[in-house]
Amino acid sequence: MTSTLTISHLTKAFGPVRALSDVSLRVDPGERVALLGHNGAGKSTLMKVILGLIAPDGGEIAVCGSAPGQAGARAQVAYLPENATFHSALTGVEQISYYMRLRHVDPAGAMDLLDRVGLAFAARRRIGTYSKGMRQRVGLAQALIGHPNLLVLDEPTSGLDPVSRRDFYELLDKLAADGAAILLSSHALTEVEARTDRLLILSGGRLVASGTLPELRREAALPVAMHVTALNGYEPDILAALPDAIRVNGGLHLTCAQDEKLATLARISALRSKVADLDVIPPSLEDIYSYFSRRDGQ
Amino acid sequence: MIKRILATAVTELHIARRNRWVLIAVLLMVVFSLVLSAAGSAPTGALGADRLSVVVASLTSLSVYLVPLVALLMSFDAVAGEVERGTLPLLLTYPVARWEVLAGKLLAHTAILVVAIIAGYGAAAVVTIVSDPAAVSGLGALWRLTWTSVLLGATFLGIGYALSSLARGVSGAAGLAIGLWLGLVVLYDLGLLAAVVLDNGGAFTTHVFPAALLANPADAFRLFNLTAAQATAAASGVGGAANAIPLWQSLSSILVWPLLSLGLAALTFRRVEP
Repeated sequence: MTSTLTISHLTKAFGPVRALSDVSLRVDPGERVALLGHNGAGKSTLMKVILGLIAPDGGEIAVCGSAPGQAGARAQVAYLPENATFHSALTGVEQISYYMRLRHVDPAGAMDLLDRVGLAFAARRRIGTYSKGMRQRVGLAQALIGHPNLLVLDEPTSGLDPVSRRDFYELLDKLAADGAAILLSSHALTEVEARTDRLLILSGGRLVASGTLPELRREAALPVAMHVTALNGYEPDILAALPDAIRVNGGLHLTCAQDEKLATLARISALRSKVADLDVIPPSLEDIYSYFSRRDGQ
Repeated sequence: MIKRILATAVTELHIARRNRWVLIAVLLMVVFSLVLSAAGSAPTGALGADRLSVVVASLTSLSVYLVPLVALLMSFDAVAGEVERGTLPLLLTYPVARWEVLAGKLLAHTAILVVAIIAGYGAAAVVTIVSDPAAVSGLGALWRLTWTSVLLGATFLGIGYALSSLARGVSGAAGLAIGLWLGLVVLYDLGLLAAVVLDNGGAFTTHVFPAALLANPADAFRLFNLTAAQATAAASGVGGAANAIPLWQSLSSILVWPLLSLGLAALTFRRVEP
């Protein structure tokens, strides 16, 4: 299968600031890829280069078989900017109708589209009266026009309440199931953990990690934490058996490397008669994310 | 292509209607035209021209100020506003060329100008013809004034788009637009008059002055209408110079300027980085 988006050795500098250096990645049809990174890591710049809004200094990019910004690419790519804004004097349905006409899609479907993002009730009100979440949903509606092959979404869920976020990811799942490639950036790590196929981590303009969450977890090899609660009075016995453990909030806390996990568990289960409870805490996405974004650069 | 231009034009018309630009433009033109046609009908007898031709001469002087002003007011927000609102990057990811976006805006703004001009001049003509049916003979001059006004408006729409692309923000674009209006429409003539007075019939008056008048779209518009109507007697100031300059020259300036300013607008808009 040919990929929807292929980037190789992309670089872009703004004066002395290297916004992107040697970034290579690909996104395949039906794949949901999350782009993570600090503010200023280069996420928005990368998206603007993909969209053809900014010209790169070097490297090669193919978007749906065309160069970024070419008519062929633009016809197949949808974009949702961070903090989507629209002219405040237009109504939701007017704005969406305009975008539909630009994509040669019959504007009669504008109401249906607004209904899909839960905005039908406000479709004939001026966008100036909308809340931030409602504007974000107009942005989402325009990104759905005409079955795009690639969706580039810059922090799409900022400003959405939890229910809308869930609806939003359900929409994305359907699009991906129909073969659309999705590249989205987000700060909400726990959200993308469950809802995307692959993670890309940008740090200081460099792509420092790429893979599924289990892959990244293995690669980072961060220690696993275990929390052991002793039966009444047996804590000293357990401490003697597990000398690495420390006392934390009425329990015992110990960490071990990934490859020692089973051995450690075996040692704990040997103390079964003295243990009331055991929690195994894998490294969180936050831990993995900060491991990769600190490892190289920053 | 045509569909995309029309889509932009329809959207711009919605915006202009909501922002009351249509109403403001029409009211401005109608009120000032009626005031002028009332005031301008006094000296007719002495000149031997029909009433409407005299009103057209007055309307020419009015339009030189008003049409560029209305055009600049409608256009200064066109690009800078999109940049400041943050709507431009999204728009430019759509399969639409930049010039198509500008063409759509131009179409909508020109349509509003046409409505305002026809309403204004039409009101003045109706009032004049009702009071003096013989004034019908001046309709040719009125028609000439109408289409040249539209071209003058298109010129300043283009200039407004170019300034809007160059400015760093909406307020900057507004400042540039007002500055340019003052410069081209008001100060330019004053400067030329001062130079002519100082020159006292020398080389400046005979060579530089006519070229300087033709180079300014507002002056070319006034020259053309006054020369064509042979109404120079009714005009004063710079308009009095109309005799010296052949009609085809001012006509060329009127026809070339819209192309020039719109070309400039397209060029500057292409260089805007969203």
